[in-house]
Amino acid sequence: MADSALLTTADGRPLAQALAEAQGRARRRAFWLVVPLLLFVLVSFILPIGQMLHRSVHHDGFSANAPAVSAWFAANPPGTQPDEAAFAALAQDLRAMQANRTAGEAGTRVNYVLPESRSLFTKTARSAKDMTPPFKAALLAADPKWDDPRVWAAMRSSSSAYTADFYMVALDFERGPDGSLERVPENRQIYVYLFVKTFVLSGLITLICLLIGFPVAHLLATLPMARANLLMILVLLPFWTSLLVRTTSWMALLQGEGVINDLLVWIGVIAGDGRLRMINNQTGTIIVMTHILLPFMILPLYSVMRVIPPSYARAARSLGATSWTTFRRVYLPQTLPGIGAGSLLVFILAVGYYITPALVGGADGQLISNLIDFHMDKSNWSLAAALSAMLLVGVLILYWLYERLVGIDRLKLG
Amino acid sequence: MKKTLILSTALVGLAFSAQADVTVMSWGGAYGAAQSEGHLKPFTAATGIATVMVDSDNPATPIKAMVEANNVTIDVASLEYADAIRLCDEGVLEPIDASILPPGADGTPAAEDFLAGAVTECGVSTDIWATVFAYDTTKFPDGGPVTAADFFDTTKFPGKRGLKKGAKAVLEFALMADGVAPADVYATLGTPEGVDRAFAKLDSIKADIVWWEAGAQPPQLLADGEVVMSMAYNGRIFAAQVAEGKPFQIVWDGQIYENEMYAIPKGAPNMEEAKQFIAYATSTEGLRQQAQWISYGPARKSALIDPLVFNDGKTEMAAHLPTAPENMKNALESSWEFWVDRDAELNERFNAWLAAG
Repeated sequence: MADSALLTTADGRPLAQALAEAQGRARRRAFWLVVPLLLFVLVSFILPIGQMLHRSVHHDGFSANAPAVSAWFAANPPGTQPDEAAFAALAQDLRAMQANRTAGEAGTRVNYVLPESRSLFTKTARSAKDMTPPFKAALLAADPKWDDPRVWAAMRSSSSAYTADFYMVALDFERGPDGSLERVPENRQIYVYLFVKTFVLSGLITLICLLIGFPVAHLLATLPMARANLLMILVLLPFWTSLLVRTTSWMALLQGEGVINDLLVWIGVIAGDGRLRMINNQTGTIIVMTHILLPFMILPLYSVMRVIPPSYARAARSLGATSWTTFRRVYLPQTLPGIGAGSLLVFILAVGYYITPALVGGADGQLISNLIDFHMDKSNWSLAAALSAMLLVGVLILYWLYERLVGIDRLKLG
Repeated sequence: MKKTLILSTALVGLAFSAQADVTVMSWGGAYGAAQSEGHLKPFTAATGIATVMVDSDNPATPIKAMVEANNVTIDVASLEYADAIRLCDEGVLEPIDASILPPGADGTPAAEDFLAGAVTECGVSTDIWATVFAYDTTKFPDGGPVTAADFFDTTKFPGKRGLKKGAKAVLEFALMADGVAPADVYATLGTPEGVDRAFAKLDSIKADIVWWEAGAQPPQLLADGEVVMSMAYNGRIFAAQVAEGKPFQIVWDGQIYENEMYAIPKGAPNMEEAKQFIAYATSTEGLRQQAQWISYGPARKSALIDPLVFNDGKTEMAAHLPTAPENMKNALESSWEFWVDRDAELNERFNAWLAAG
């Protein structure tokens, strides 16, 4: 019975199977069209991010250049007092470092966890080739710091290529003499503080963008076409202008001897010696970033508001709702996808912003991205990678929260 | 692994590896111009080997990336002293055989002609430059600051101050302003109390500081009236003073000087020509030519025998050099040993102090 009901093609194959084959072929062909983009994303996005994550947990500057002492660490559990064999291994490694000019590289790795140890390596390596047993005495004669348990703890933590040390530093921790984690002294704690500050400032900028952008988007969506277009151009014009041009224009406007201060002094609001400090500080970062990110809030809001039929609001009013209730109960809920999209976009862009805080942020307007740049510059790429990875995780958590609260499928990006 | 990460740097590198024979990477601005005029052009004229100048914020960063990526596109880099030593230790630089350096114009062998420390394993000094502070004379008609301590005296000399955003030189300067003798600066800074003392001194003017990062900024900040005085590189202020006629005055008290080095990155494409270039540029003649464009002191004794004159044909350079005796009364030689060790730690502290607002 079932067989007779099965539809077949002209050549007698079941229709469902023929259809699946035909669709499969089409899908495979379509896939080839996507391949260039897929490769591009793989090469320019996934690979670099993967490498960055890898680098944040991998640094072989010490382990590759000090194989003998690394082997000693592997063979002896943490807490073992370094014996003559350990010192002999160290002396052997230092000799090899001097021959291969790698003492600086190995010392730099240890210096990341214990300041002032880099020169210990470069100096001792220079005299290592003349050392004779007993090596403990010889090394201590070269520099008494070789007896410091902190040095050995730092070498132990550097002796494996894979390490969580950079995350430790990125969370303001350091290693104590016994190898345990300790918080760094308060006057050197910075990363956690800057992470919190970055997220708080980004939240604040998102909020300001929303408060300023919402009425503008509403105006854009409700004005007659001709005037809405003009307004739209005013929104888009700065959006199309180079970021650097906009940032430097703000510098001209906001600085102490700048246009705004001159104007305020001229109309007598402030005295000549009481000029406002609006740049090279946190205020500058907030003002300029808000301006630069505003279009990213307005455009998604506008695209959502444009399709909300005005009849809903009219219906609410005709049923007796006040204008506030109409806005709160009828209009606002319909704009939520736009608010969500705009806020997420602005927030994520703000969290990773770098050039604007660098130019107008002065001392207290710096964000975590500026420190990532700082460490890239200082060639401490692993720490920069660890900080970036933490930033990435922070953004992913927020994205996940958004997905749970609003739903990504409700995101409208214009 | 490393290769792909640095691919972008390398690709950028490819873009400017034109078919020249010697590519020199330096700091741009007035300094880069001085090297172009004093070293690159005369070298090409003398040898026929073409040269190209490439700018960077700090050449130490890109050359390290290039060497790690095995794609070195430049032949000579102009490096700060501490970087030249650090990168040499890390195997990023090619050792330079000191025997290629020609004797001085007066016949003194190179080893005796160069000032102490001016020739290292991987680098040869091109000049001695200083971090000083300078002020706008029009802002202080009754007499400007004369000592490092005056820089921190906002009652006597009100107004904003420009400072370099970074721990190096700033901490030393703060200690000298606080009365520490140059000979004791690094010993003091080596102790936690000394570091606290330096930061406490900086705290006293923190609200009045405008921070700068590039060497070209301080003359601009002074000219714009954003600051009344600023820490700066002496050559940049000299350029603004003499070439542009700005009313700036350098205060040499508390100056911090160091050698600037030419070095060759490992795997440079034109190694032989690069060595030839360095030998030429650091000869008595080469050093003198550069010093006619910027007020950085030549590192050879023989280059200082005849008086140096700026390229305007009338400004005597001697009094403008960091090495002039009257400028050296309260001067500190920057310690590379201190900074290769403590750079990370002190900058962490410095960044934390800055961010605390």
